[in-house]
Amino acid sequence: MTREIERVAGIPVVQIATIVPIMLTVGTNRVVPGVAIPHPTGNPAMGPEGDKAVRRELLLRSFKAMTTPITEQTIFEK
Amino acid sequence: MTYRIVHYINQFYAGIGGEEKADHRPELREGFVGPGMQIEKLFNGEGKVVGTVICGDGYYGEHTEEARAACLEMIKSLKPDILFAGPAFNAGRYGFACGDIAASAGEELNIPTVTAMYPENPGVELYSKKTYIAITSDSARGMSKAVPAMVKIGGKLLKGEKMGPARLEGYIHRGIRKSFFHEKSGADRAVEMLLAKLRKEDFRTEYEMPVFNKIPPAAPVKDLKTATIALISSGGIVPKGNPDHIRVSSAESFGSYDISEIKNMTPDNYESIHGGYDREWANQDPDVVLPLDIMRELEAEGVFAKIHPIFYTTTGTGTAVANAERFGQEIGEELKKAGVDAAILTST
Repeated sequence: MTREIERVAGIPVVQIATIVPIMLTVGTNRVVPGVAIPHPTGNPAMGPEGDKAVRRELLLRSFKAMTTPITEQTIFEK
Repeated sequence: MTYRIVHYINQFYAGIGGEEKADHRPELREGFVGPGMQIEKLFNGEGKVVGTVICGDGYYGEHTEEARAACLEMIKSLKPDILFAGPAFNAGRYGFACGDIAASAGEELNIPTVTAMYPENPGVELYSKKTYIAITSDSARGMSKAVPAMVKIGGKLLKGEKMGPARLEGYIHRGIRKSFFHEKSGADRAVEMLLAKLRKEDFRTEYEMPVFNKIPPAAPVKDLKTATIALISSGGIVPKGNPDHIRVSSAESFGSYDISEIKNMTPDNYESIHGGYDREWANQDPDVVLPLDIMRELEAEGVFAKIHPIFYTTTGTGTAVANAERFGQEIGEELKKAGVDAAILTST
């Protein structure tokens, strides 16, 4: 889905998910590793503030991913 | 008995013309035309090409329904025992036409069908499961090998001979696995494969993974401050009550919802219906799957211009790759029309 959106719309699509090898296999170009399968963009165990901080960091990293020129599939680690 | 063979070819191999004649309408000629001569010869008196159906590649591609119906009618009238189509080599539209007519004739007339293509011909992906596609080189220079490859497979099918594995018989894998007893157990074979891999020797997997396409990365967003960003998820986040009945697994549809008035996803307005992960956290706070709350904060802070008002969502568990690709294409079209600059897609 990610790959086809990127191809058809011609825009960067950043995927946040946890199983990085699957994203690479299906052709995602900009990968941001998520927190966990059932809560990729948050960490409820860290309490409301910690959860939000995790989410903010992931989103800022996603913005960095979408503004970075790349030539091949790239994983944007913390 | 003499097998009744029908052969399908395009305008080029019929000697009618090239691209300028690609709109040639379906036509039936008696006996063989072009490569059909070699087909008949290879049958060595056991088969006769009773007719050749010819159609322009452009016509078949642009008027597929009409072309298919007309060609099927012609094929049917000849009461064939088998249909050969092509070889199409790496010609995309010819490959499509050969694959389509072979698959359709096989289904409608319940006869064996065989075509031949280069493995990268787009017709392969579309029809390899529905007909036999002998493997050829990428151009007509490979004709002298391509026709015998088709005829060999066709002959086996006509005589009801046992068909071996694709890689030994020279056709493209049809996605069929046959069970049989192996003299060695699966554990033995797996360890042997692993050892071969460690020694960097050749080994062949018994379970091939599907091959996915890769695309060159899109150009980055130039100015984040003026960018509109869309949110998309395959994590099953939907408006409470799942109004469009998106399936909890093996999704066949996606939903698009207006989130322009929503600041935050809460258990009152959104929920997860995904059948492939523990939804406890997502249902306490859907933002842990679709991060709308912080996106709104960052939007207010001016980090980027705006969140696209429409949010796209489906469930990505057991979902057919073809469906996921279709969702992506449809969503991509909409984002393109709306002038969206980038997207964040979350998956579970």
